[in-house]
Amino acid sequence: MTQQDADPPSLYVAREPIFPRRVKGNFRTLKWWLLALMLGIYYVTPWIRWDRGPNLPDQAVLIDLPGRRFFFFMIEIWPHEFYFIAGLLIMAGLGLFLFTSAAGRVWCGYACPQTVWTDLFILVERWIEGDRNARIRLHRQPWNWEKLIKNGIKWWVWLLIGLATGGAWIFYFTDAPTLLRDLVTFQAHPVAYITMLILTFTTFFFGGFAREQICIYACPWPRIQAAMMDEDTLTIAYREWRGEPRGKQTVEGNGDCIDCMACVNVCPMGIDIRDGQQLACITCGLCIDACNDVMDRIGKPRDLIGYMALTDETRERAGEPAKSVWSHVFRPRTVLYTVLWAGVGIGLVVALFLRSPIDVSVTPVRNPTFVTLSDGSIRNAYDLRLRNMQGDDAQFTVTVTSDARVAIALEGSDTLTVTVPANETMQQRVYLTAAPDSEAAREDRSEVRIWVEELGTPNRIHQDTVFNGKEADDD
Amino acid sequence: MCAKPIKKEPKQVETTGHIWDGIEELNNPMPRWWVWTFYATIVWGIGYSVAYPAWPLITGATPGLIGSSTRADVAAEIARVDAANAEIKASLVAADLNGIGTDPDLAAYAERAGAAVFRTNCSTCHGSGAAGFEGKGYPNLLDDDWLWGGTMEDIHLTITHGIRNTTDADARYSQMPSFGADELLDPTQNSQVVEYVLQMSGQDHDAALATAGATVFAENCAACHLEDGAGDRAQGAPRLNDAIWLYGGSREAITASINVANFGVMPNWNTRLSEDEIRAVAFYVHSRGGGE
Repeated sequence: MTQQDADPPSLYVAREPIFPRRVKGNFRTLKWWLLALMLGIYYVTPWIRWDRGPNLPDQAVLIDLPGRRFFFFMIEIWPHEFYFIAGLLIMAGLGLFLFTSAAGRVWCGYACPQTVWTDLFILVERWIEGDRNARIRLHRQPWNWEKLIKNGIKWWVWLLIGLATGGAWIFYFTDAPTLLRDLVTFQAHPVAYITMLILTFTTFFFGGFAREQICIYACPWPRIQAAMMDEDTLTIAYREWRGEPRGKQTVEGNGDCIDCMACVNVCPMGIDIRDGQQLACITCGLCIDACNDVMDRIGKPRDLIGYMALTDETRERAGEPAKSVWSHVFRPRTVLYTVLWAGVGIGLVVALFLRSPIDVSVTPVRNPTFVTLSDGSIRNAYDLRLRNMQGDDAQFTVTVTSDARVAIALEGSDTLTVTVPANETMQQRVYLTAAPDSEAAREDRSEVRIWVEELGTPNRIHQDTVFNGKEADDD
Repeated sequence: MCAKPIKKEPKQVETTGHIWDGIEELNNPMPRWWVWTFYATIVWGIGYSVAYPAWPLITGATPGLIGSSTRADVAAEIARVDAANAEIKASLVAADLNGIGTDPDLAAYAERAGAAVFRTNCSTCHGSGAAGFEGKGYPNLLDDDWLWGGTMEDIHLTITHGIRNTTDADARYSQMPSFGADELLDPTQNSQVVEYVLQMSGQDHDAALATAGATVFAENCAACHLEDGAGDRAQGAPRLNDAIWLYGGSREAITASINVANFGVMPNWNTRLSEDEIRAVAFYVHSRGGGE
């Protein structure tokens, strides 16, 4: 090891402010449409109504935490069906893998809330303070009335956006119109206000001030997705073999890049894409728009900066034509991700259509495993959880089938029928009794199947359990 | 953390000056706000340890400026729950004993509250599953055999005053003589009556001895256990002609019970449990499968 003689370098640096310039082009247009679409979905969804009858909420998308229900249009998820949520999360994960392996950091560049809200905040900033040069001038000038007023207005608008963001979030968890009325009349639950407050300030801070720092220092996703990218993954790259040496067009031997810095000036991450692929690049495509605009004006071919796979770079350097985009997108890796993604999706849809509107879970009482009655017969007890996942009260009949001869009875009832209220789970104790010295009473264990049938409907479900005889170990 | 790319010209990114085998250590400095965040957590930590109980002392800990105490929080939470339950407790006390089961809200509360009372107070003897302890004199509360009655009124009475205790004058009382030890029966009569009890409970027995035992039983035992051995709940005399035994149903166990009588005691709970708790646990016991 050798030690160079030098002043110790600084361990910390201040953030360099970034002033992205306005840009026009295909990617910018696409990003505006996506922004409008996604924010629209986010803000409008809680207000969509969906009639489910008198006993259920009429909000189309509702996460009912106190009631332990998740409503999504015609679908209602109960806690015991949490595998639907798990399946959706797996699909979301696989979807990210698919998009990342095919097109790189498209999530970061187009869909991530951090990107979307930062875009919105920069738009507000530009409306109030002007474009890049005006903002730089304002930033550099000492604090005066102009700077104070412009910043003040900007921060207020940001806060309002933040408030709307946090406000929309809580509408997903309770009836939106009721909550809005409670909020403005100051009657809502403190948790609603606290959640709104936290989300307002995180939105304000993340979108207004932290911006690219979140992507570079806080977010784990850029680190993880490197594992999903390979030489066929589309990334944004600068065709340096075409652009270099950069400089004036008038100078003989210079490449296409006129070093106008347009790509750097529009970058929301404040990087120079001509340095090559780098961690801070979220592949938003704005440098492509900026460069194409310049190329059009100086009469050079477009796509000096463009989406490209690493294999294309090798080919183009060698003078061969690049492969088509589709040949990059369709490859074993992406096909595998698609198949897995679709497989989970189909599984969930099938499970959704096959599920019964009633459900039972049977827990044999194991303390004690059996009870001897006066006449010597053996009785087992079972706790049944009966779920009626429908909007009306339902009458359930409980029966048993088994090779062993056992009689069934319900606790607190002379009949075998129980009424389960709409949208409720009811616990019911059930007894099975085997006659004295019958096979079931003497043996260790007998298989039994408990059936639950909803009266007047074809809904009929069962669960298998065991009947413990005298030989059963008391463990 | 490498925010800037490693460039071909090493001069463009500052290095720490460290080189190992030609590999340079680049210096991509941390953002300054991160360092300030770190200092802020230290300030927060100091503030927290002043505001909340934090530093251990010889007895206890520093109380903290804002007087926060998790014990007090628990006490307040218990008080809140008690206040919330006051209404249903009052209606439980006011309800007809047999009407508890017909009111779904009352039944649901009594079931849960009774389970808690049972686990805390009753499970020591009767077991956490209420199955008692067969052969040791702790009755099984799940079956259909009751020493002193299995209706809600009977169970309520038993829990309130207990059995054969000396602390509650209203406790029901009975005592079986020690026929063998006190020489009320000679050993022959003793073995004869044991065979007769085995016969009436449908077990293997010596028929000749049992026939003789019938007379002994009629003269000595039938007064309490009745002629057919059906028992008498009014005096807590167990039923003998069934499959359920409090102190064991084997020849040896029955012989031992006749020799030296058993004397099971249950404390009165009216001094330890409130009326609503007694009613709740009575309902809980009644709804375990044996209630009459």
